[in-house]
Amino acid sequence: MKKLLTCAFVIAFAVPGGAALAAGPSVPVDDANINLEDTTSLQRGAEYFFQYCIGCHSLEHARYNRIGQDLGLTEEQVAEKFVHTRDAAGDPTGVGQLIEIAMRPDDAEEWFAQPAPDLTLTARHRGPDWIYTVLRNFYLDDSRPLGVNNATFEAMGMPHALWELQGWQKNVGEDGHIELELVEEGKMSTEEYDEVVRDITAFMTYVAEPIRMEREAMGMYVIGFLILFTILAYLLKKEYWRDVH
Amino acid sequence: MRGLLEWVDARYPLTKTWNEHLAQYYAPKNFNFWYYFGSLAVLVLAIQIVSGIFLTMFYKPDANLAFASVEYIMRDVEWGWLVRYMHTTGASAFFIVVYLHMFRALLYGSYKKPRELIWVIGVAIYLVLMAEAFAGYMLPWGQMSYWGAQVIVNLFNTIPFIGGELVTWIRGDFLISDATLNRFFALHVAALPLVLIMLVFAHIVALHAVGSNNPDGVEIKKFTGDDGIPLDGIPFHPYYTVKDMIGFGVFLILFFAVVFFAPDMGGYFIEKSNFIQADPMVTPDLIHPVWYFGTFYTILRVIPDPFLGVLLMFGAVLILFFLPWLDRNPINSIRYRSAIHKLNLVTFGITFVILGWLGMKAVEPFYAELGLRFTTIYCAFFFVLWFHSKPRSFAFSWGSFLVLAAGYTYWDFLRVEAGADPTMTMTWWLLPTAYLAICLLGPLYTSFNEEKPVPARVTS
Repeated sequence: MKKLLTCAFVIAFAVPGGAALAAGPSVPVDDANINLEDTTSLQRGAEYFFQYCIGCHSLEHARYNRIGQDLGLTEEQVAEKFVHTRDAAGDPTGVGQLIEIAMRPDDAEEWFAQPAPDLTLTARHRGPDWIYTVLRNFYLDDSRPLGVNNATFEAMGMPHALWELQGWQKNVGEDGHIELELVEEGKMSTEEYDEVVRDITAFMTYVAEPIRMEREAMGMYVIGFLILFTILAYLLKKEYWRDVH
Repeated sequence: MRGLLEWVDARYPLTKTWNEHLAQYYAPKNFNFWYYFGSLAVLVLAIQIVSGIFLTMFYKPDANLAFASVEYIMRDVEWGWLVRYMHTTGASAFFIVVYLHMFRALLYGSYKKPRELIWVIGVAIYLVLMAEAFAGYMLPWGQMSYWGAQVIVNLFNTIPFIGGELVTWIRGDFLISDATLNRFFALHVAALPLVLIMLVFAHIVALHAVGSNNPDGVEIKKFTGDDGIPLDGIPFHPYYTVKDMIGFGVFLILFFAVVFFAPDMGGYFIEKSNFIQADPMVTPDLIHPVWYFGTFYTILRVIPDPFLGVLLMFGAVLILFFLPWLDRNPINSIRYRSAIHKLNLVTFGITFVILGWLGMKAVEPFYAELGLRFTTIYCAFFFVLWFHSKPRSFAFSWGSFLVLAAGYTYWDFLRVEAGADPTMTMTWWLLPTAYLAICLLGPLYTSFNEEKPVPARVTS
C-alpha cells in the first residue's frame, strides 16, 4: 500500500518537479522590438510566412480572409499570395477556410521525427522575443540528424528554413558555451535578415491574437467612459449622503 | 402603476421584500473601503454568469473540439474575445474580491456572534467557488488545464484504500480524458453555479436577518430612535446603492483595464502553457495551479508524506469554518484590539500572499524552506487567534510557546539529520519563533497587548 502511495505521489508531483528541473535555466532572448501598428511590416511578415513556413506549419485557428482584412489585402491578393493548398474537389482552398497544410502528418513524422507544430498561438505561448531569437540562432551541427541545431532551442527538430537568406552560422564557443559566427554568407546582410525575422515575428504575434490592436484602441474609450461614470457616481453619492452625519 | 403594484402585493410580497432588503434595511452609516467587496462579489458573480452563458453557446465540451472552439470564440464569434476575456479576468477578480471580503471579516470580527452562520455559509461559498474555478479551468483543454487537473485530481489518490478507485470514479476514465471534460463541463455550467447562487442567497438572507457589522464592531440595533430605527443606521437604498456605484466604477476601471490591456496578466490570469492543446504524452516544464490556489498548493507540498500533505491542505481551508469559535475575544473590531492582535492579522495576510507566490514556484530548497516556515505561521495563526481570546497566565503562555516551538524544532532536527542545509534551517527557524515569541510572550512583558475601550456607538 505504502509503495502504491509513493508511486501515486511520484506520478502526481515528482514527475512535473523533475521535468521542471530538467528544463533548466531559460535561455536569454533578444528583444524583438516589433511594431504591430506597422501594417507593411505585418504584410511582409505574412508573405515570408506563406513563402517559407507554411510548407510545414499550419495556422489552423486562423482564416485567410481575416488576415487579408486585418492586413489591408484584397481577397484576390490573399488567394494569390497565401493559398497554396487545394480542397477535396481539387480547387484552390477558399479564402474563408482555416489555414492548413498539405503535408501529411505521417510524412512529417517520417521526415522530421514529428509533425511540425501549429504556429497560430506560438507568440502567446513563447512570446515574440523567443520567436525572434530562435529564428536567428540556427547553426551547423554535424551531430544532429539534419546537420543543424539551435542555440535557443537545443536539439530542435526543425531545419533552418531561412538559410538561403541568412547564410550559415557555426558554433565557435568553447566548453559548451555557444557563440555563433557567420561562416557562409546568405542573400542578405545580418541587418536585413534581422528585419525579415522581425517582420515574421510581428506577423506571428498578430496572428496569435488578431483582435489585439482593436481591443487596445477600444479599451481607451471604455476606461474613459468608466472614469466619467465613477465621477458621476461620486457626485451622486455626495448629494445623497448630505444628511448623513 | 399603483394599481398594478397593489395587485402584485396582494399575491406576492414584492414591496415587503424590497423594503426588508433594500429600502428599510438599515446598515451602519460608517462602512469604509473594506465594505465594498461584498457588493463587488455579487457584481463579479453576475459578470461570470452572463459571460459564461454566452461562452456556453459556442464552446464545445469535447476533447477533440474544446481547444479549437475556444480559439473560434476568440477569432470568429462577434465580440467573443471580449466575453471570453471578461470570463477569464472575472475568475481571478472573483478570488481577489472574495479574499479581501474575507479579510474584512477578520479585521472587524464580522464572524462573531450573532454572525457565525453568515461566516460559515461564506466559507462554504468559498469552497464551492474553488471547485467551480477548478472545473472551469479544465474547459479550455490546454496543457495547464490538463496537467493542473491531473495534479489536483490525483490528490484523492493519496487517500488510503479507496484512493485509486475514487480517482477513477471522479475522472470517469483511467486518465483525464473526454469523459472527465464532459462531466467537469456539467459541474461548471450547471451543478456548481446552482449551489453557488443558492448559498449566496442564504448568505444575504442570514446577513439581513442579523444586520451588518461595521468597522467599529458595535451593534447599531442597541440604540434605536422612537420609530425603532437604529440611530446609526441608514437605509441600504438609496444610501449604499449609490455608494456601491462608486465601488463598481472603480472596480470596473481596474477590471476592464486588465480585459483590454493585459488579459493574460503576465501569464497569471491566462497561463502561457494553456496556449498549447492538452497532450497526455507531453508534460509541461512546470505544473502549478492558477494563482488563487497557490497558498494551499504550497501547504500541500510542505509535507513529504502525500496523504498527510493532502490532510494539511484541506485542514488549512476547513479550519476557516471554526473561526467564530476560535476567536472568542469579546471585542470585534481590530480598532480596539491590541497591537499584538493587529500584528497577528497583518502577518496572516502577508503569509497568505507569500504562500500563494511560493505556489507558483518550482520546488527548490530555498522555496521549500520558505514554504515550511510560512505554513507554520499559517497554522499557528489560528492558535494565536484563540490564545488572544482572553488574558493568559505566565505558565500557559510559556507552556504554549515552548510546546509549539519544540514541535517544529524537532521537525527541523529531523530534516537536518536527513541532509537539509543547517545554516538555512537555523536562519529561517527564527521566523516562526519570532512570530510566536511576540504573539505568545509579548503580552507578558510588554504593554502591546492593551486593548482600547470600545465606544457604545459608531464613531464615524
